[in-house]
Amino acid sequence: MLHVVNKSPFEKDSLTTCMRLSRPGSHVLLIEDGVYAALGGGAFAARVRESMAARKFYALGADLAARGLGESDLIDGISVIGYDGFVELAASCSAVQSWV
Amino acid sequence: MSKAQNTGAVKKFLYINRRAPHGSNYAQEGLEMAMVGAAFEQEVAIAFIDDGVFQLKRGQNPAGAGLKNFTAAFGALGDHDIRDIFVERESLEARGLRAEDLLQLVFEDENGKRAEKSAVQIVGGDELAEIIARQDVLLNF
Repeated sequence: MLHVVNKSPFEKDSLTTCMRLSRPGSHVLLIEDGVYAALGGGAFAARVRESMAARKFYALGADLAARGLGESDLIDGISVIGYDGFVELAASCSAVQSWV
Repeated sequence: MSKAQNTGAVKKFLYINRRAPHGSNYAQEGLEMAMVGAAFEQEVAIAFIDDGVFQLKRGQNPAGAGLKNFTAAFGALGDHDIRDIFVERESLEARGLRAEDLLQLVFEDENGKRAEKSAVQIVGGDELAEIIARQDVLLNF
């Protein structure tokens, strides 16, 4: 299952709910303002790291670049992918849940 | 730049920005409205709070995501005589950002020289509360 989060964790609880209601083994893709959840020094980093123990996290590269964020700003272990990777990921998963 | 005709008293305007730059139109519209206020020769200051601090993040390159880089216009605030840009320290810290992660915004000093005077002031919440209390008009984006 692929879970997609496109809202900032500081403004909406989409990410928190996603982490609570996604089963271990899920893939979580951060896009648009959702990429702010990937910030290594942010207030959500500890919760994301904890969730990553059982889930694979990705962030969309174009949305990171748009916001002035690079790989060095991110939590270790989050994979940066492009639009092609997004398509592959969606196609390889049984279903896609967008926590808008 | 030429200023619009000012016929009334000068008021203190604070434009409060609390949203991230690209997920909605609020940030771009807030920036445009601040410049309109300055064009009418009002005393304009801008505050960045909560996700609004992400608007000033250095190195934004939105072309790859199909977005317009309106944040380049922050560099023109000094030309509009906007000298007070407040960033709340607590909001920065919660997002793991430091002062050096932000755009450098300068304004012309009294001699008309483009001196290295920074318009960005990082202030704590207590101080920002005082700044908000001193305003005549508050506009939120």
